[in-house]
Amino acid sequence: MRVPISVTVNGTVYHHEVEPRLLLVYYLREVLGLTGTHIGCDTSNCGACTVMMNGLAVKSCTVLAVQANGAEILTVEGLARDGQLHPIQEGFWEEHGLQCGYCTPGMMIAALQLLQRNPDPSEAEIRHALEGNLCRCTGYQHIVNAVRYAARKMKESGAMPVGGR
Amino acid sequence: MIPAAFEYYAPATVEEALQLLRELGPEAKLLAGGHSLLPMMKLRLSTPKALVDIGRIPDLRYIREEGNTLAIGATTTHWMIESSEVVRNRVPLLAEAAGRIGDVQVRNMGTIGGSLAHADPAADYPAAILALEAEIVAQGPRGKRSIPAAEFFKGLFTTALEPDELLVEVRIPVPVEKSGAAYLKFPHPASGFAVVGCAALLTLDGGRCQKARVAFTGVTEKAFRDRAVEDALTGKAPDEKTIASASQKAAEGVEPLSDIFASAEYRKHLAKVFARRALMAAASRAH
Repeated sequence: MRVPISVTVNGTVYHHEVEPRLLLVYYLREVLGLTGTHIGCDTSNCGACTVMMNGLAVKSCTVLAVQANGAEILTVEGLARDGQLHPIQEGFWEEHGLQCGYCTPGMMIAALQLLQRNPDPSEAEIRHALEGNLCRCTGYQHIVNAVRYAARKMKESGAMPVGGR
Repeated sequence: MIPAAFEYYAPATVEEALQLLRELGPEAKLLAGGHSLLPMMKLRLSTPKALVDIGRIPDLRYIREEGNTLAIGATTTHWMIESSEVVRNRVPLLAEAAGRIGDVQVRNMGTIGGSLAHADPAADYPAAILALEAEIVAQGPRGKRSIPAAEFFKGLFTTALEPDELLVEVRIPVPVEKSGAAYLKFPHPASGFAVVGCAALLTLDGGRCQKARVAFTGVTEKAFRDRAVEDALTGKAPDEKTIASASQKAAEGVEPLSDIFASAEYRKHLAKVFARRALMAAASRAH
């Protein structure tokens, strides 16, 4: 059985026929070639595969591509605009929010969800909101600093976080 | 990890979903948020022949105030419940339990109906649902029926739902004023599931417990109400001493789960500790 789906990813509409068991993360990586979204634990624990689906951060290893039919997806590739890094990306750069970088795409999408819901989070709120994303390198402190940097930057520039609704 | 192949159906209405369940038989499974089912399918612990995706039925996703009852549609997500002003004001215990489930991403997808129907012994909602004396509405070929929470959980991953029935709604009586409630859990450090979770709800009358409701998740193979603790509080002022002594009765006479992380004895101990903490928090909120 193959099911026709139409999914908007980072603003581009795609039409494909997929097997129902195809997971969203494999659709993004192997069908669309968008390998910025990583597969970590593959058991919905680590958050490396986090993408936005209709404005909600989800673990794409635990979503079927058919469940994303009709949805708007934002991946890490859609964060930068016109060659300008998103404030969250800039924050990870400036504050050394990554070492190996494996968790970073998911971490940034989870951070985006947080800043959409709470533009001025405390350190505790940042740590709580990133509970679903594991990092083996940084000890998290620089990630927290990166999110605080992004929050400050977005407040100063009055920029709205992209991708949400 | 890739699930075994299955057929996929996305009905637009409850009636269509029920029709599909009838036609496809017991080899079909309902898919809501998928955050319990898909991990099991990826591990091939579950290999359904077909999935009926009820996540696309708009009529199942709502939070409504109906007099003194809060009606919540089956596919309402944990995030919707956690962040709903109505739930936070009217039934804060449920919002508190929803906010303790998994992580942000899981709460964005997971649904209350899916969690209850899955009946994981370590899930968070069941304790709250039992303490709140909620009713679970199931719809099937014979129409709708309402199942009291106390009769819903039958055992490990087993509920009172029939195979041809769909959980459509959860109905929660709004606690009266002078009530206070709390849900506290000892989360497994890796999975976040409740090793032990306790929901407590106290209703005061003249400073005494007119009603006490205490329910546990994680302790045994199904969530349960602990009448011994409740009885030890009823009619008494919920002071520290009374709560401490009532909590000592927690999880007596039950057979706790035992695993590599927590022995039966340890779970029993945690039940007493978390009963005391949840009751103290509930008492401090009951004004």
